[in-house]
Amino acid sequence: MSRRAGLSRERLLDPRSVGKTGILLGGLACFLTIPPIQARSIVWTVLVGIVAAAFGIWAVTRGQKRVGFGAMASGIIGVGLGILATRSGTSNLNTVFRPDLVASMFVFSTPLIFAGIGGMYSERSGVVNIGLEGMMLLGAFWAVYGADKTGSWIGGVAIAMLAGGLMALIYAFFAIHLRADQIVGGTAVNFLAVGITGYFFFQLYHGDNVPSGISTIPKVNIPYVENWRFLGPAIGHLNLMIWLSFALVAVSYVVIFKTPIGLRIRACGEHPRAADTVGINVYRVRYGSVVLSGLLAALGGAYLSIGFGGGAFTDNMTAGRGFIALAAMIFGNWRPLGTFYAALLFGLSTALAYRLPVYSGTAATLFQVLPYVLTLIAVAGVIGRTVPPAADGKPYVRQ
Amino acid sequence: MSAPSPTTPPVVGKPAPPGLAARLALRHRAGGVIVPLLTALIAFLIGGVVVAATGHNPLLAYRDIFNGAGLNWIFHPTTSTVDAAPYNLTQTLLQTTTLILTGLAVAFAFRCGMFNIGGQGQYFVGLYIANWVGHDLAGMETFPHVVLAITAATLGGAVWAGIAGFLKAAVGAHEVISTIMLNWIAIWVGTYLFGDGGLLQNTANPALPISNNVADSAKLPVFWGDKDLQGLHIGFFIALAALVIFWILLNRTTLGYEVRAVGFNPDAAAYGGISVKKNLVRAMAISGAFAGLAGGIDMLGYLYRYGVSDIPVSSVGFLGIAVALLGRNTAVGTLFGALLFGGLLFGTTHGLQSNVIDPQLAGNLTYMIQGLIVLFVGADVIILTIWNSRRKLRRRAGSA
Repeated sequence: MSRRAGLSRERLLDPRSVGKTGILLGGLACFLTIPPIQARSIVWTVLVGIVAAAFGIWAVTRGQKRVGFGAMASGIIGVGLGILATRSGTSNLNTVFRPDLVASMFVFSTPLIFAGIGGMYSERSGVVNIGLEGMMLLGAFWAVYGADKTGSWIGGVAIAMLAGGLMALIYAFFAIHLRADQIVGGTAVNFLAVGITGYFFFQLYHGDNVPSGISTIPKVNIPYVENWRFLGPAIGHLNLMIWLSFALVAVSYVVIFKTPIGLRIRACGEHPRAADTVGINVYRVRYGSVVLSGLLAALGGAYLSIGFGGGAFTDNMTAGRGFIALAAMIFGNWRPLGTFYAALLFGLSTALAYRLPVYSGTAATLFQVLPYVLTLIAVAGVIGRTVPPAADGKPYVRQ
Repeated sequence: MSAPSPTTPPVVGKPAPPGLAARLALRHRAGGVIVPLLTALIAFLIGGVVVAATGHNPLLAYRDIFNGAGLNWIFHPTTSTVDAAPYNLTQTLLQTTTLILTGLAVAFAFRCGMFNIGGQGQYFVGLYIANWVGHDLAGMETFPHVVLAITAATLGGAVWAGIAGFLKAAVGAHEVISTIMLNWIAIWVGTYLFGDGGLLQNTANPALPISNNVADSAKLPVFWGDKDLQGLHIGFFIALAALVIFWILLNRTTLGYEVRAVGFNPDAAAYGGISVKKNLVRAMAISGAFAGLAGGIDMLGYLYRYGVSDIPVSSVGFLGIAVALLGRNTAVGTLFGALLFGGLLFGTTHGLQSNVIDPQLAGNLTYMIQGLIVLFVGADVIILTIWNSRRKLRRRAGSA
């Protein structure tokens, strides 16, 4: 509670921030029971959970229904998970919640961040991109090919981006110039990518003969930090792409909200006619944004194959990550930071899903499905409605 | 995504960009049967270029795919059932059965101006429910058992899609996003159901993540081919009947009229006294019913059981998108679209016996052709341009 003491009185009594604090406390209720704190008594988690729910009720009575209900739900779920954690064996808990769970979360969220931020650029400019999955898959395959043929991961990344960018360019031509339905076009991109990667994977590598030991994207070992007790396993050996994804989020935030380019992109997505009137070339901005989204999605794919995948490719290896990225972008309300947090949450969910089979396969499946359920709830507007750009998905006709 | 939120006032004084249904109507008038044919032709041409560029003979490859689909049976229908051609044809028609229904699912929603991208999820829900009813109620008479299982599967699909329709009607959530999410939820529900300790996992061997077989009383009778070798079951006629129902429902009932009116122009429909929200939910539920039915008759017709590893491989729900778009969202078009993709699906994989092209290559060629067809069908402008320039050329040639 001490972190609230320093806040001003208005901030303290603002129902919205009280509700948000409630949501955080709900998370804390669960966090208390897992390593490294690992309180074994249920008293702490229940107490904190009750406070979270109380904050929620208070916020609801002051009119902040969404945040308030969110805090109540967070408190109840937090206590529920917390009680489950206190009931389970210490050794099991320690297997799941090692510090490298943080690293694992970053591993799973990085492709989502790249593709999600890419999708955000495209949709902010007014072009829906459900072809992210396909562009990612293309990136994953051609990165392997590039790294194999050029002998360097940099070549792999470059060729992956070329493939993703090219597919995005084709999609952009259909979506912008030919004014094809963007959902149909995006679906086509996904089919095409499965076909192209599968075809050439068999043609070039007979489906499995990727030479082992091809150049992969290196890890960044931070001196000193890598030997620390908690931070070492958590962030000491992260892949270069993970750090790049953080940088991408920061840069994207600045670009979208603080630069003229970002203003133009947003204008094209909100009101293309107005943008056109003040001299912005709507087509050019949209082309740029869509191609950028393809480049970024391909980077996410390249990370999958020659980053964390160790240079391996398998048919359809993105396995729906493009759609989770899309979900993260929507859950993050078409904002860089929102997308980032959502991707982290979904990444954590996936990381947990890979570790929870020590308890039960059911729990693992539950965490696999969580991103989709959360996104469905988010678009349903139960907790905080997501609002897409006004002209998202609408072709623009120059007059 | 363009879901209008309740708070934004409608933009006055600016013509709305033509909706999906309006553009489709344009294409109906402009292209007739030529546009889909041209689309398929271009897709096959580009596919052929890729095949040629990678050192295979495209003509021979397409011939082998044609034979793999069993379509060569037409030229010599008297061959005995031991031969490959009749067997391949039954398998092609099995796939066609499913694709007709998943195609109708996409087409019906399209006619109401919605894109049901969730056919795959609705298909899975039908599949799960049919497996559950088909296995758990063993001991029933065949006819009521089959009817019950198929009805349950159909309703399951309808409810699954109905969620998306309801969300669109109630809060304006875009159906594309919600159906994508519902797809993945259905996939993971299946992974749970058939997986370790799941509700539908087989009782004989708990180590296998596979469901039980449906009871014999719930299996659909086979009318062509060997029952033990995935013969063609009477679900084929159910699918054909669904085509007729689809046509009657859309063109000869009040419901269909309202659905199409909402698809053409929701504002005008509302002005005419048609409840847009009611029709969005209704159209989506009917759309899902077709996909759920597809899952139901697949389970009772030839799959009989399903495993966790089968789930990510299935793509019939997505193929339904290509089928419906190629078939211009009509009943007849969907039949031909389903036949084409049914043939491609089987002819490029299990049916293919070729020394020109490997099944792995050909199978992916199917995906490429599917992607190209969807890409070009979506871009009516390019096809119309080609078509019009052709007509212009002809006119010029005629006048010269």
